[in-house]
Parts: sequence; structure tokens; C-alpha cells
Amino acid sequence: MDLHRRDFFKFIGATGLTLAVGKELNAAPKAKSVSEFRGVLYDAARCKGCRGCEYDCAEANGLPEPIPNKEIKGLRKTDDKHRTVVNEYKTSKGIVYAKTQCMHCNEPACAAACLTQAMTKTKDGPVIWRSDKCMGCRYCMVSCPFDIPKFEFHSANPKIEKCTMCYETRVKKGELPACVDNCPNEALMFGTRRELIQEARRRMFEKPDLYYDQIYGEREAGGTSWLYISPVPFNEIGLNTKVQTESYPALTKGFLYTVPSVFVLVPALLLGIQQSTKKDNHTNDSSDE
Amino acid sequence: MNSGHIISADNDGKPIWKFLLWELKPRGKWLTPFNIISTPIILLGIFLIVIRFWKGIGAITNLSQEIPWGLWIGFDVVTGVAFAGGAYVVTFMVYILNMKKYQSIVRVTVLNGFLAYLFYAGALLLDLGRPWNVINPIIGNNFGVSSVLFLVAWHFLLYMIAQLIEISPAIAEWLGARRARKILSGMTLAAVIFGITLSTLHQSGLGALFLMAKEKIHPLWYSEFIPIMFFVSSIFAGLSMVIFEGSISGKVFANQISDKNKKAEHGIIHGLAKICTGTMFAYFFLQLLVFIHGKHWDLLNTPMGHWYLLEMIGFVLLPMMLYFYSYRKNSVFLIRLASILTMVGVVLNRLNVTVIGFRWDMPVRYVPSWMELVVTFTVLFTEIWIFRWVVNRMPVLRESPNWVKEEKEQQQPAFGKEHQRA
Repeated sequence: MDLHRRDFFKFIGATGLTLAVGKELNAAPKAKSVSEFRGVLYDAARCKGCRGCEYDCAEANGLPEPIPNKEIKGLRKTDDKHRTVVNEYKTSKGIVYAKTQCMHCNEPACAAACLTQAMTKTKDGPVIWRSDKCMGCRYCMVSCPFDIPKFEFHSANPKIEKCTMCYETRVKKGELPACVDNCPNEALMFGTRRELIQEARRRMFEKPDLYYDQIYGEREAGGTSWLYISPVPFNEIGLNTKVQTESYPALTKGFLYTVPSVFVLVPALLLGIQQSTKKDNHTNDSSDE
Repeated sequence: MNSGHIISADNDGKPIWKFLLWELKPRGKWLTPFNIISTPIILLGIFLIVIRFWKGIGAITNLSQEIPWGLWIGFDVVTGVAFAGGAYVVTFMVYILNMKKYQSIVRVTVLNGFLAYLFYAGALLLDLGRPWNVINPIIGNNFGVSSVLFLVAWHFLLYMIAQLIEISPAIAEWLGARRARKILSGMTLAAVIFGITLSTLHQSGLGALFLMAKEKIHPLWYSEFIPIMFFVSSIFAGLSMVIFEGSISGKVFANQISDKNKKAEHGIIHGLAKICTGTMFAYFFLQLLVFIHGKHWDLLNTPMGHWYLLEMIGFVLLPMMLYFYSYRKNSVFLIRLASILTMVGVVLNRLNVTVIGFRWDMPVRYVPSWMELVVTFTVLFTEIWIFRWVVNRMPVLRESPNWVKEEKEQQQPAFGKEHQRA
């Protein structure tokens, strides 16, 4: 083939250009689909404790209706029949309400714990549970620093119950989670995590006297998709302030990273020891003879 | 050597199905104290297990949303596996270090280990809410590779296979399968090396399971060194179990053990006591370092702190010194006492990490229900029944049948992998 240097470079250039452009064209829709985590901002200063979100959540997820106000005694927790609860706290600034539900961590301990990826962080942000994969070991419950996954202990076919941010039923279709959609006081706001943090900062900047100067969930447990701002320190409204700022899966990373090296080094070492102790026998034997 | 009727238990030319049917029949006296105690408990346990699968785990356990793992995980699985650690330590000593002295306890230790894994890991199925999905991490629906439990689950499976290979020559000898025995014992060294590697990882992995429960475990027991602690303590836990089990087998199965091995037993127990002293010292020192590093002096004078001191001094330091003292004094009785104290200490430690220290700050503490205890004993007793059945039939404690020795003498140069004293 009679190919001149010039032609060759032209050819290479054209190919390179095609590859580059082609790559870009292919990559373009992908780049758009690289989504940011969605989340919800809960503003305890706006929440009036109407518990409407509890009713909306139960309805949207086919769970039994929450108990009426007059039957409430003390603080409640989420359980296998209630994915969210709103509690009333007597704080240094009077009564403040706080909603409890899954925090949808950026790096969830439950998902790292799950040996079948039944518990998984979707690329859109919500952490969901899949019944066809779960074996019911409850390691997610042991690992979750917020104690969110709940197990149906009194069922022969038990499920793990937790807030899914209405991922399958609503968020995937572009709708808002049921609780956000129906909040009459705009205490809940849905958006990308980045937008929510900006919005939280804006509110705190505009009314510095109203808010405690921290966003709960910005750094807690390595960052969560559900964020809280409040008029009082977060331990006063029942949030776990003992959680570490590092992500929880990071705690087992060191152990898991040693596994491949152990698998390579230990058998080699064992075989080496075995061979050397065996060889000693042989030399002893031959010297004895 | 062996008494006549036992030798005749080996298959000598009968058709295999006839032989198996014959072997399935119970042997010996029925009304032993053990049978009288264990039979009703096992029957009750089976009844409770039926209820558990019918009404859910909550029907017979005291587990709650805050304390999702109780006695069945903390004792049956985590503690049971620690006690099964003797198998990897003894195979390491015999096959890797070529310490011939311990050859006579290899089979019984591996059998014990295998049955422990089979039953205690099997007991895990009772604790799984959705046990029909248990094969998901094996078949890839999905591989949760970031999970410590994924590692532990796979290791349980693989290690059980490795142990089955290690014990398989005994099965082949029982069945009189000469060719199979030759092939299977050729695989022993590979299975041993693989098994020890798996053991180091999943003994520590059981501890690593609890690393993410950082704020939930009492700070005196939580540290990033739980995996190393679990691994080191599994060495003396397993060996103490070997000493303890040996003292019982020595009486119950006295007719199985050859005079030569009876004489060797003394030396074996002393050797194991020495190893226990050493590893317990290392373990105690590690715990001390972790304690000092953790700066939890203020916690010592609390109820949990006293409990911690009891575990560390009463059931680690004390049995360690007792082991040391008793092998210096040449006292088998004291060694056995030390092994029991050590085992209590290991039970305490595992339960403290997984159950007692887990959510120690909860207003309502978890206490296992009597039904959980019955199921635990059911698992334990069933394992002992199977163990007894195997020991009475296969050459586990007793010597291999004569044809094995003859073949070995012929094969010795080419077949050097399994060094057994002929």
C-alpha cells in the first residue's frame, strides 16, 4: 500500500476527529443522565406538627392509618407499620416538631451491609429495599446509625419497612414524594441535594435569629439526602447527634481491603512453611540412613 | 489395640445399601442420661421451629426493632464458630507445621468443626426472615461485595466444603471405598491451606460485622480492632474446646481410642495448654493496649465497667495463669479446669459484643426468651447426636482399618502428603 506520510497524518487526524466527536456524541446523553442525588429539606421552624405527612405516607404506601393525636403518649418511633412519624419536643425555644424517616445517606450503611444489595442507593438518591433479593438477615438494622430499617417480626413472609422517598411510585415519574407534595406549611422541600443546601443556607442567612447555625445531614454519616434545619440544636429535637461525620461503610473498608492480600499471601506462606518443614524431614531421614 | 466388634463396623464386602441401612440403626443403650434429657428438648425445639416459620420470628423470640440480633446470632453463630476454630489451628499444626504429635486428634477436631459449622451456621436459617432467598448471594442476585456478611456467608460455605474434604478419608474408610480414599486424601493439603486462609478471614470477619454499629456497642467492647480480637481469641477458644471435648470423648468413647493414643493424650493436652497460654497472653495484651488507647478509665467504675473487668480478669487473665501454672505442675485436671474457664470467657466476650453490650443504653434490655434457649439447645443436642453417630461408625477416634495402613506402606514414597504414623 502506497501511503505517504502526509496522507497518513491526514488519515490519522480524521480518524482521531471522528473518534473524538463520536465519543462526545455518545457521551453527551450520558453526561446529562449523570444525576445528582435528590433529597428533601425539612424545616423544623416551619413545621406545625399537623402530622398530615404521616397520613399521606400511610396512604401512598398502603400502610395502616396512624393513631389519632389524642392517643399519642410520649415520643414515637417509626416501626414496621409507620415509615414516618412527627414528634413534639419541648425545647429551649418552646415546642418544636421533628419528622423522622430514612435519612437516605449518600453512602448508606444499610446498603453496604446488605449481602444481596436488596437495600440499595439509587442513582437518584433514594435508598430502596427490594423484596426479591432480601433474605431477612437484618444486618441493615444492626448497621444503620439512625435505626431506620424495620422488620416485620410477626410475619411468616416478613418485609423490611422504611421510607423509600416514594421512589418507585412517584419520584421516578417526576412527581414529589407524598409527604412533600401535601405539606400545607411548606416545611418539606424536594430537590437536588445541592439546591437544598443552598436553600437552607439562604433561609439561615436571611433569618439568622430563627435558625440554629447548622444543616443536619450536610456532613452527618458522610452526608445524607434528607436535610434538617431547626430553630434549636438538633439533639433537642431527637436527632442522633452522636453519628460520625465520616460515612459508615468506611468503617469496614479497611477490613475488606485486607481480604485480597490475605487470600494471596496466606496460602503462599502456608505452602512455604509446609514445604520447608517437610524438607527437614527428608534431610533428617537421609542423614539417618 | 481395637476391640473386635468395632473393627467389624467397617464395611467388609457387604452391598453398600445394606451396609448403610445397617449403620443407620441406633447402637448401644437407649436410656442414657444424655438421651433422656436431650430427646424431649429436641422435640420441643422442633415444635417451636414450626411455630417460628408459621407465625414469624417475633412469635418465639424477644427480638425488637432496636435489637434485631439476639441469642441465635450472638451465641449459636458467633460463639459457635469461635469454638469451631480448633479445626483450623490443629490442621495448621499437623499438616503445615508437620507436628506429628497431634495427628490423633485431627479427625475428631475437624469433625467437630465441620458439624459446628453445619449446625450453627445452619441455625442461621432459623434467624433469617426470608430464608428462601438465602442462595441469592451465592447465585448472584446480587453479589453485595461491599458487605462483610457477604464475605462471611461465602466463607462459611467454602470452609464447610474444605472441612468435608478434610474429613472425607474417614468416610471413605468407613464405606470401604479404597480408590475414593486415595483421591480424597490427596486433596487434604489443598483443603487445609484453603481452610486456614478462609478461617483467618471469617473468624475476624464475624467481628468486622459489628464495625458499622459504632455507637451501638458499649465503648469498652467496641474498637476498630474487634476483627483481630475475634481472630486471636478463636485460637484459644478452639483449642480449649478441643481439650474440653477430648476429656468428654475420652470417657464416653473410651472403647474407640487405642492404647497408644490414650498414652499420647497427656502430651497433646500439655502442648495445647502451652499454645493457649501464649495466645491468651497475646490476646490479653492486645485488649490492654486497646483499652489504654481508648482512654475509657472513667467507664471502669460503672456496672458495665465491672462486667468488663470480670471478663478480662476473671475469664482471660485467670485461666491464662491457670493454664501456665497447670502445665508447669503437669496437672491435666487443672488444664481442663482452665479450658472451661476460658470457654466461659469466650462466651462472655462474644455475647458482650453482640448482645449484652449492644444497645447497653436502651431502657428495655433484650433478654432471650425461654423458647430461644430451647431452640439453641435443640441445635446443640442434635449436633451431639450426629457427632455420636459418626464417631460410633467412622474411624474418627479409632484407628483406620488395616487396609489403609497396608496401602499406605506401599504408597509412602509417592504419597507423602498425608503423613500418618502407621
